[in-house]
Amino acid sequence: MQFRLKQRSVLPGFNLALGYTLLYMSLIVLIPLSAAFIKTADLTWTEFWAVVTTPRVLASYRLTFGASLIAALINVSAGLVIAWVLVRYSFPGKRLVDAMVDLPFALPTAVAGIALTALYASNGWIGSVLALIGIKVAFTPLGVVVALVFISLPFVIRTVQPVLEDLEAEVEEAAACLGATRWQTFRWIIFPAVRPALLTGFTLAFARCIGEYGSVIFIAGNLPMVSEITPLLIVTKLEQYDYRGATAIAVVMLVISFLLLLLINLLQWWSRQRHAI
Amino acid sequence: MLVSPIQRAITEPPIVRRLLIGLTLGFLTLFLFLPLAAVFYEALRKGLGVYFAALVDPDAAAAIRLTLLCAMIAVPLNLVFGIAAAWAIAKFEFHGKSVLITLIDLPFAVSPVIAGLIYVLMFGAQGWLGPWLAAHDIKILFAVPGIVLATVFVTFPFIARELIPLMQEQGIEEEEAALVLGASGWQTFWRITLPNIKWGLLYGVVLCTARAMGEFGAVSVVSGHIRGATNTLPLQVEILYNEYQFAAAFAVASLLTVLALVMLAVKALIEWQAHQTRRAALAAKGETEG
Repeated sequence: MQFRLKQRSVLPGFNLALGYTLLYMSLIVLIPLSAAFIKTADLTWTEFWAVVTTPRVLASYRLTFGASLIAALINVSAGLVIAWVLVRYSFPGKRLVDAMVDLPFALPTAVAGIALTALYASNGWIGSVLALIGIKVAFTPLGVVVALVFISLPFVIRTVQPVLEDLEAEVEEAAACLGATRWQTFRWIIFPAVRPALLTGFTLAFARCIGEYGSVIFIAGNLPMVSEITPLLIVTKLEQYDYRGATAIAVVMLVISFLLLLLINLLQWWSRQRHAI
Repeated sequence: MLVSPIQRAITEPPIVRRLLIGLTLGFLTLFLFLPLAAVFYEALRKGLGVYFAALVDPDAAAAIRLTLLCAMIAVPLNLVFGIAAAWAIAKFEFHGKSVLITLIDLPFAVSPVIAGLIYVLMFGAQGWLGPWLAAHDIKILFAVPGIVLATVFVTFPFIARELIPLMQEQGIEEEEAALVLGASGWQTFWRITLPNIKWGLLYGVVLCTARAMGEFGAVSVVSGHIRGATNTLPLQVEILYNEYQFAAAFAVASLLTVLALVMLAVKALIEWQAHQTRRAALAAKGETEG
């Protein structure tokens, strides 16, 4: 059998469209990204390992990944409730609330950062209330979590919402007819249906969180070893003209991001397979 | 209100419903509405005089111009790319398609800071093209071209991401029919494909524009923060904030916030419009069949 790159089609423009896509993608994304990996090859393996495992860098990984994990988990639980409420219930102003969920996608991260800082600082609207019970948010690791919750808020809601909308009422009716309580129906019928979407939303949110820079640097206080995130460390090294150090840390982040991207694709493939059956 | 037993069986008791709605509104107030209100409150706190003075400041005006310029270059570039990529991926079957789709998503997975860094490695003084650029007196890094490139990178997938699933869903029958009836390739594209994808396209452009104007991390790394020359609006916010000019920082931030709200309104409008079109199409289909 002859191997062909593409199947026959009467539509024109395949070569032009694919050629332009590959050229543009190579120039803008692939070649610049490969620069990071090639630059790292300047370092020997031991040098590379030493740069990416200094105590300050390790502390920044712990904060970045820990805070991202907490923020993504908060958004999984809150996102499921919010998506449920937006799909199933009606209340005044629902359409406005639904439209506003996308605000973190539209609002520049720097604006989010200063707004959250003003709000959660010890003299802010929320910060002053929390200060009464002795909780400090702004300029602590807790502030990082708050910023990350904000910027990754829409992911879970927007992945779960369409799944809930497509869920057929008949299945739930059948469950009720067979004597299931509402909680049992949720636990055994609805939750398994939304689980792949929840997982995808979680991974998307987590991936977005670990790379976030703009909103976090304002609220974090940026104390080395305490509230310094990894992307900030890359910027700091760049400003000190330590290109090798910055690139080495960037490569660690890139590899983790690529693995997450792969995981997202696998999850989507997996949920498609389940739907197909 | 009369509720049939089966309706009652597939919804929750009123108390649970109210509790969940309350939780939703509480969470969103804490994380969405209060930050939004805080921007305008802080911006107007020192009065309208300070507010408008911050906006007509020459540095702010220069930042507005640069931000608009970046968006005006980045969005059309990614628009052409998005259409080309979606045409190839949605209308043809070829090997390596899923790899290509994953590669288009790459910039979403890359931290903005790293997006800036890779352009520093390409065009910086010690970078690949740095010596050649210096010899020919071309400035890319810490100048407008670098900012535009970083913006193009971070907004790269937006329009393609919107168009690919939409065009896949629409299939190729209509285009095939047009071609069989003698239309040229471009005619088919302009008269058949483009009208079919216009709402998705518009939505992608809106998302892309919002991100292009709001990008901070990537632009911050390549800009060099030269006042009045290489500062975009988000960078101007940072500079003012770090100089403790809070009212001015929030005034500039409020401009970006209004922009974000306009984007959300346009998005809601497009979704409503697409919904109407779909309903009209379904109704027409029902009539011809009935």
